[in-house]
Amino acid sequence: MVVLWTDALIFVLLIGMIVLSVYMLRNPRMTRPLRQIGTSKTGMVSLTVLLFFVAVGLLDSMHFHSKDSNEIVSVLDQWLSPIRLHGEKTYSAPFAAHLFGKELMVLEDGGPVWAYPRLQYGGAHLDDPESELFYDVLMKASFGFIKSAIPAAIVLVLLVQKFRHRQNALISQASAKAVAWTIFWIVTLCATLLELSSYYHVLGTDKVGEDVLYQAIKSIRTGLVIGTLTTLIMLPLAIVFGILAGFFRGWVDDTIQYLYTTLNSIPSVLLIAASILVVQVYMAKNEEQFTSLIVRADMRLLFLCIILGVTSWTGLCRMLRAETLKLREMEYVQAASALGVRRRIILFRHILPNVMHIVLISVVLDFSSLVLAEAVLSYINIGVDPTTHSWGNMINGARLEMAREPVVWWSLTASFLFMFTLVLAANLFADSVRDAFDPRRMG
Amino acid sequence: MIQYIIRRVLYAFPLLLGVNILTFVLFFVVNSPEDMARMQLGHKHVTEQAVENWKQQRGYHLPLLWNAEAGGAGKVTETIFFQKSAGLFWFDFGISDSDRRNIGADIKQRMWPSLAVALPTLVLGLITNICVALLMVLFRRSYLEFGGIVLCVVLMSVSSLFYIIGGQFFIGKVLKLVPISGYDGGLQALKFIVLPIVIGVLSGIGSGARWYRTLFLEEVEKDYVRTARAKGLSETQVLFRHVLKNAMIPILTGVVVVLPLLFMGSLIMESFFSIPGLGSYTIDAINSQDFAIVRSMVFLGSVLYIFGLLLTDISYTLVDPRVRLS
Repeated sequence: MVVLWTDALIFVLLIGMIVLSVYMLRNPRMTRPLRQIGTSKTGMVSLTVLLFFVAVGLLDSMHFHSKDSNEIVSVLDQWLSPIRLHGEKTYSAPFAAHLFGKELMVLEDGGPVWAYPRLQYGGAHLDDPESELFYDVLMKASFGFIKSAIPAAIVLVLLVQKFRHRQNALISQASAKAVAWTIFWIVTLCATLLELSSYYHVLGTDKVGEDVLYQAIKSIRTGLVIGTLTTLIMLPLAIVFGILAGFFRGWVDDTIQYLYTTLNSIPSVLLIAASILVVQVYMAKNEEQFTSLIVRADMRLLFLCIILGVTSWTGLCRMLRAETLKLREMEYVQAASALGVRRRIILFRHILPNVMHIVLISVVLDFSSLVLAEAVLSYINIGVDPTTHSWGNMINGARLEMAREPVVWWSLTASFLFMFTLVLAANLFADSVRDAFDPRRMG
Repeated sequence: MIQYIIRRVLYAFPLLLGVNILTFVLFFVVNSPEDMARMQLGHKHVTEQAVENWKQQRGYHLPLLWNAEAGGAGKVTETIFFQKSAGLFWFDFGISDSDRRNIGADIKQRMWPSLAVALPTLVLGLITNICVALLMVLFRRSYLEFGGIVLCVVLMSVSSLFYIIGGQFFIGKVLKLVPISGYDGGLQALKFIVLPIVIGVLSGIGSGARWYRTLFLEEVEKDYVRTARAKGLSETQVLFRHVLKNAMIPILTGVVVVLPLLFMGSLIMESFFSIPGLGSYTIDAINSQDFAIVRSMVFLGSVLYIFGLLLTDISYTLVDPRVRLS
């Protein structure tokens, strides 16, 4: 068992989220907005997709020393070992049985020939790929689909039947059905891909012959870590400073306003770039602290989250300050202070709960922009470590291959598909959260 | 008014001082010039002498804040803080670390290509977004609006990198309408900047049109709009004469604040299309770990942003007669 820094923080965050959701489920004030999300089909489907991504990310966050080699691998790596270990020599197209480029080979009679060599793993079980490949892929895919579809369908139908007649459920009948369908498709898709992956490279291989599907799946964790840990670092700063500035005014307000205007006035990309450069120098100086490649990459990821968090709390802080300024003039706060309630109690009991909807909305909204930002930052080389799997690094590596003839399109397509799904789900979910919790949108 | 502007300009100084101190701490205190020299020269097989020379040539051999050896005013001026950080206040950017070029001259030369791409992108993007948003509001509660919203969310969910790569691939490589990347002086530049501008506008539609739509929708609910309709004005007249005019206030002020920053250009656009602007200058500096250039750009960016804030306040009074500066 090896616990990396980001792993530990992810699980802290997970516990926090569970506590928060239990609190929200028990709190009668939260029933109405939660039910509104529960009746929104788009909201529930996108939440399901998000939870699936989170589950993959969590599996990828449990690391241990592998028995065979002395590498640090995650549970997900272990699970995906057929894909992980089936490395080819270099580029190969999706479902290909041959390499992408021609090579000089020696025939049995000794004569050299310029041809496409067979892949070591992809389609290696076929005798004559030209004629068999299509039917074999079809067979393997339908086998994987049927193998998973039957149990998944049975379980889901039973579950839906069991909860069908429950009254007062938060989730409406229609969205429950939509969620069941989503889970069904996700499960069967995963099973089909897994079945195919042990015989083929479903999304091809990259320059060093690594399976692109594996890279894309590994990148999920990086995207999630950046989207969530940044929030974990940003939230305390934004909440404490925002509420204090709005509540106490005077010199506290002036200082905090000065602080965030200063930070805000530096273009954020430049501030991130400057900080990452500084971190790079620091890590180069203290090389002995970072024993293995994965620990080093993990530290860099953590630093990136910290830097992003420190540079991005200003927006939320400003919103919270404005809201607190409004709240402290409200009658119930005035009444509380007239009754002699201590200021600390007023802050915790009257102000904090009433700004929480802003926090919640902005956290969900920020998530997708952070995932997108990671790709851009990695492209400028100020993002995650080049050895970390991330969509930004995938794009960065594949971008120059667009100039090749014929085009190597699969790395870009894979990262596009995964990123688009995650961000779209996050955006749609954020919309339904905002509709449910923003008092201005209640109708 | 003039009094107000003077006060705001004076307020900018503590802000800039804060930025200056922050960059100073980041670049000189957290990492000493010694570390930077070793980073630039490589870590192994580098002699003390080489590091000293490197520092001497670039003026990093001075003490950080207080020079005890110098006499008189030199105690303060003969320091890294005074020479490298304080100089930024009068726009003396010094020389770059890697090839020792004059940063100020480079900036002057490189800001025009940046502006040539960024300004049309902003203006065209603004017009497009407003048109799309107005259309959605005009056809509100219809399938057209629903389709528009869905399209906006989908467009928003695509990373800007894919817009650029896709645009370069389809327009530049497959259709061969314009060159994929590059730049030229004078009117020749036109064919090079068309593609970045088109892509810039396209990639902004999703979030831009959605944001403007909420602004318009807020305005549409108001009483004066209902009165205008009751007078018998047609829906288009109401939208263009009343809603658009009033919603322009938040839109304009949002635009004014980024106007000065247009000089800085866009980092990704410029490096993808190899436009010799300030954005690609910054990226090159980041990649070659040239701290002097990054430091200058951080400071320049902050100055422009603070200038943008000042412009915003002034434009408020110009477009909204209800606001009085005091």
